[in-house]
Amino acid sequence: MRIQYDRAACQGHNRCYLLAPELFDVDDEGYAILLVEGEVPTDLEGKARLAADNCPEYAITLEA
Amino acid sequence: MTDQTTPPRPRPAPEERPAPVDWATDWDHTHEAYAAAAPEIWDDLRGRCPVAHTDRFGGAWLPTSHQDVSAVAHDTTHFTSRSVIVSDFKPTAPAPVGFAPPITSDPPFHEFARRLLLPAFSPKAVRPLEATTRELCGGLIDTMLDGLAEGEDTVDVATAYSQHIPVQVIAHMLGVPPTDGDRFRVFIHRILEKPGQTGPTDTEDTMISYLEGVIADHRATPRDDLIGYLLDLEIEGRPLGDDHILGTVALLLIAGIDTTWSAIGASIWHLAQHPEHRRRLVEEPEVMPFAVEEMLRAYAPVTMARLVAEDVELGGQQLHKDDWVLLPFPSANRDPEAFDQPDEVVLDRERNRHAAFGLGIHRCLGSNLARMELRVALEEWVRRVPDFELADAEAVRWSTGQVRGPRQLPIRLLATRPGGPR
Ligand code: SF4
Repeated sequence: MRIQYDRAACQGHNRCYLLAPELFDVDDEGYAILLVEGEVPTDLEGKARLAADNCPEYAITLEA
Repeated sequence: MTDQTTPPRPRPAPEERPAPVDWATDWDHTHEAYAAAAPEIWDDLRGRCPVAHTDRFGGAWLPTSHQDVSAVAHDTTHFTSRSVIVSDFKPTAPAPVGFAPPITSDPPFHEFARRLLLPAFSPKAVRPLEATTRELCGGLIDTMLDGLAEGEDTVDVATAYSQHIPVQVIAHMLGVPPTDGDRFRVFIHRILEKPGQTGPTDTEDTMISYLEGVIADHRATPRDDLIGYLLDLEIEGRPLGDDHILGTVALLLIAGIDTTWSAIGASIWHLAQHPEHRRRLVEEPEVMPFAVEEMLRAYAPVTMARLVAEDVELGGQQLHKDDWVLLPFPSANRDPEAFDQPDEVVLDRERNRHAAFGLGIHRCLGSNLARMELRVALEEWVRRVPDFELADAEAVRWSTGQVRGPRQLPIRLLATRPGGPR
């Protein structure tokens, strides 16, 4: 599973950071920082899905 | 946003407006009938007239689908945030700053004003406030339980618990005495619940004059709090203007209190009627973060507004410059196109792109703080009061206007536990 994060769409709702801190950090202004590049570690796929499914701005996309 | 929208001349006390007969053509979100049944009204409108109109407030629109609400929230070209409270008076503060930056600001000024504040409300900045909030909640529950007379088992949770939490947290952040809470609530009632409808007010009694005093006091005695932070900010070597500081503090005060109070109250109202949900929160605390988001989705307290900046079509309706548009995020959150089983509270809902904190560039600046307050308030409540029910469903009263939550909430305490270590 591959993950992508669109910084321009992110409005800092911080749902990703709350649900998947292994995948997302947050900067001083509250915008998300994606911690992995490309491929999501298998054991974190569930968390990646949660982050994507809870981002109100559709800023996180997954590809199988 | 502020009570400056009221013209200076004294006006007679307003008469109660007639109740709308058809919400599609004559809606009024400041009416008790709307407050009591808003979710049903949105469902009805979404089904037959997704962008409703009213001639009240000088002409206003009410989109109810997730798609339309989201489209308006993301479109800063056709819609301005110059005023975000629908009122009988159009705002006089000019774009792009507005009365209460950044919520009343448009791009490009908006981003600038928002960036000044974002660091004070980031998840990491909010975290240290959690312990204080928890202590505060515990103290409120102690006071509430100690105040019960022998044999008495009913309390008004809205007035004895929910409303004090955000008032005291924001007072702590701003560096004003917690005892000023009663005054905050008067200002907020005037501005949000009955905008422009409460009659004349003495100048000394307005929020503006109160805040001028607070800011002057902070200037005289500098301290390390949020107002101190604002006073220290510089733009290109110059401090922020007094209007900017006052507008921002007014915004934080208004936006920080009623909203969170409403979310806490609505969640307790829900739990009081769902024994299986309160049991689950007691037995499976790991569900709490999901439950908090689900409560925010189902009982989103905040509705914002925009003014039409340029003629535009929305959901088949022609909107004209200077029309109001009310943006009911709670209605977007109950749209079956966007959510499975939207009218069910699914405590551990896994797909939940709710819009309780708005969408687009004006996403609630205080969302991390509000979320923390709601979670801690519920955690402490179910820990100390694991079982409770509505004492009198008829006596529950919901606020009118753009912030929706229970203002009277009589709850019967069925089981309580002493405080002490967790
Ligand atoms: S949930 Fe979405 S909008 Fe919020 S911080 Fe994460 S990526 Fe950004």
